[in-house]
Amino acid sequence: METLVYKRPESLLKDGHFTFCPGCGHGVVLRMIAELIDEFNIQKDTIAISSVGCSIFLEKFFNLDVAGASHGRSPCVATGVKRCKPDKFVFTYQGDGDAATIGFNETIHTASRGEHITTIMINNTNFGMTGGQASATTLVGQVTTTTPMGRKPELTGYPLHAAEIVSKCDGTAYCARVAITTPAQIRKAKAALKKAFEVQLNGLGYGFVEVLAACPTNWHMTPVDSLNHIENVIEKVHPLGVFKDITGEQ
Amino acid sequence: MAKVLVKGNEAIAQAAINAGCQCYFGYPITPQSEIGEYMGAHLPKMGRVFVTAESELASINMVIGAGTTGAKAMTSSSSCGIALMQESISAMCCAEVPGVIVSVMRGGPGLGNIAPAQADYFQALKGGGNGDYKTLVLSPSTVQEAIDLTYRAFYLALKYRNPVMLLADGILGQMMEPAEFGEYPYEDPDVSTWALDGANNREPRNIVSLHMPEGAMEERTNRLFEKYQAMQENETTYEDFMLKDAKLVITAFGTVGRVAKTAIKKAREAGMKVGLFRPITLFPFPDKALHDVAENADLILDLELNKGQMLLDVRSAVFGACPVEFYGRTAGGLLTPDSIYEKICELYKKIDNKIEAGVN
Repeated sequence: METLVYKRPESLLKDGHFTFCPGCGHGVVLRMIAELIDEFNIQKDTIAISSVGCSIFLEKFFNLDVAGASHGRSPCVATGVKRCKPDKFVFTYQGDGDAATIGFNETIHTASRGEHITTIMINNTNFGMTGGQASATTLVGQVTTTTPMGRKPELTGYPLHAAEIVSKCDGTAYCARVAITTPAQIRKAKAALKKAFEVQLNGLGYGFVEVLAACPTNWHMTPVDSLNHIENVIEKVHPLGVFKDITGEQ
Repeated sequence: MAKVLVKGNEAIAQAAINAGCQCYFGYPITPQSEIGEYMGAHLPKMGRVFVTAESELASINMVIGAGTTGAKAMTSSSSCGIALMQESISAMCCAEVPGVIVSVMRGGPGLGNIAPAQADYFQALKGGGNGDYKTLVLSPSTVQEAIDLTYRAFYLALKYRNPVMLLADGILGQMMEPAEFGEYPYEDPDVSTWALDGANNREPRNIVSLHMPEGAMEERTNRLFEKYQAMQENETTYEDFMLKDAKLVITAFGTVGRVAKTAIKKAREAGMKVGLFRPITLFPFPDKALHDVAENADLILDLELNKGQMLLDVRSAVFGACPVEFYGRTAGGLLTPDSIYEKICELYKKIDNKIEAGVN
């Protein structure tokens, strides 16, 4: 007798196909978000806020209401939605060029206000959609199209550590950095996302999960080498961990 | 309701509350900070939303979020603060998000000063944001009209799913005068057909401003321009003050219009046929009506507290039907009834001379 062990989440569109590059991390995270929305049974009460970059096309993937935001402003759009519809689940889906670079002011103020929203920030240490330019989270020495000799601190400063800073905001209820390099890490990442959902659903405050994700196309690496690069190099600069959890649960 | 003595900024805030404004998002800037203060004092007590945003970039995007749920949302700012909102005003037009933006103009360019001016006509009307789009812009000249147009702004924002700007200046914002708060006179359109509230027993919706498929953005823009055309046909309003036999027609918007009226009355007493054409909607601009007026006039005198901005729309509407002169002060320089009267006398002589010489 056959048992169904794997199915497409209801919160993903039936005819929606991910349009990301081979080895990109976005698809894994979007699927986990959809699974969690199904598991919490909040599909009919969710409003997703898209941002600018590879994170933009949420309405092509999610079977959910979607509002679009300008570059960096999705936490503000989410604030407006949530304040008007406090009974809805509202999340922003952003990249590092969006949440940690052009929109970091909005990110930390939204956290400090303790808005009851959840932010998922994909950190692939570059502007993916525009062709791999350096972002705020780019590593020292990292070669990008705007740092062809590698990021030099004397010219472009140091990488910004988003999760660590967000964790210092009083309104943040849960804040973690996760990776999706192995099945075990993906399970841990999903647990972190679940926690970030729960703090909103329980009215505790702002939830923030930074996901280290591969960008093989712009890193000029194979998908497998990209995952090794995250484990061996990026995690040394942007370490994994739960930086704040006011629920006190592990 | 009886008349009350009320400051312009506070009148706008109370009118917004009366109009059903559910949420206000703003960042302080002179000369409009009383709007945010008033909202901060009243909205939370009423169970409505008040948020001091981290910037004008944030406040307009909070308005967008609220607007996508169909809520009546508002922000207010002044000149350099409105400048920061331009990208998102363009996005609102594209994604069809309603919202009310109150702009209380101060002196510019740059940080300028905090004196009254009208130098943000271009900013309000000619973009600053990217792309082909139109913001509905309403221009009050009295505190009473500010109240009435605030009501209208909320109605039009929902009717057309478009941002509406109430374009006032520091004079009106800071001035106290008697005014009456009537009932909100409009029946608001149903938002349930498009607003985001979770895809419950319906297909999911999206309200976004990126439209990548080939041809999609042009098609959308064409549709938006049909909407702007409908605004032009249905919403254009202006004030006609002594225009019937006017040889010299003054064009002015906002507070300058009321100052001009005093000078016009004096000129009429001196036997000069002068009138005022005051656009109340700046977009849609009453260009057909102004052209008709110009065809029967000898001269148009455009008055503004800037270096000549509405002047371009006036010339475009007049389209050569009669000559157009301009007189303005800017960045805190004011037009007084006396200075306007002097200008009227100077120009009226030219009209008389032409008539005597048989030029007309």
